[in-house]
Amino acid sequence: MTTATDLQLDARGLNCPMPIVKTAQAIKGLASGQTLEVLATDPGSTKDFEAWSKTTGNLLVEQSVDGGVFRFVLRRK
Amino acid sequence: MDEPLNLVLFSGTDDKLQAAAVLTAGAAALGKPVNVFLQYWALDAFTRAKIGLDHGLAPEAGEAGRTAVDALAKAGQASWAETLRQAKDLGTVDIQACSLSMDLLGLEESDLDPLVDGVEGVTAFYLNAGEGHVVFI
Repeated sequence: MTTATDLQLDARGLNCPMPIVKTAQAIKGLASGQTLEVLATDPGSTKDFEAWSKTTGNLLVEQSVDGGVFRFVLRRK
Repeated sequence: MDEPLNLVLFSGTDDKLQAAAVLTAGAAALGKPVNVFLQYWALDAFTRAKIGLDHGLAPEAGEAGRTAVDALAKAGQASWAETLRQAKDLGTVDIQACSLSMDLLGLEESDLDPLVDGVEGVTAFYLNAGEGHVVFI
């Protein structure tokens, strides 16, 4: 069960730190409370998205992994 | 996160510049300001004439390292210059050329790629570094 998000970002195939860089760019386009879904394949993604969420205050509301593809949903603070 | 990350780039090979660009972009994504100070061969790599060229790899890379780096580039990894451009778009990244290295290499400010924001001495670098970490690459 996945929730509909306001914006989607496909960062599959991008190496560190580009998934986080693109995420930080994309979330600037959202209003507070809106959500961003990110797909990534970088193996450091889970720890990086957790750290980025913790540091920036943008909430990581969902995360999952399926066949080497990580999926994150972030809510802009 | 107010104290900046301060990177002193000395080496001008593509692998070390890529590692520095990754550190810069990661900090920028976290909202951490970054000061980059370019010395010696790193500064040489930031000239308009040379920024797009192949700058080789550190000696420890060897042939296997060359193959691995080429494979990442072929798979679409952004160059270090492109990674730095994105970091500058995203956050507060100030790239300064070391004035001594400018003299050493016989460079004018107009010789530098637009990624470089200006020329300063080591005293200005330390002033801007504040209490933040200084990393030498």
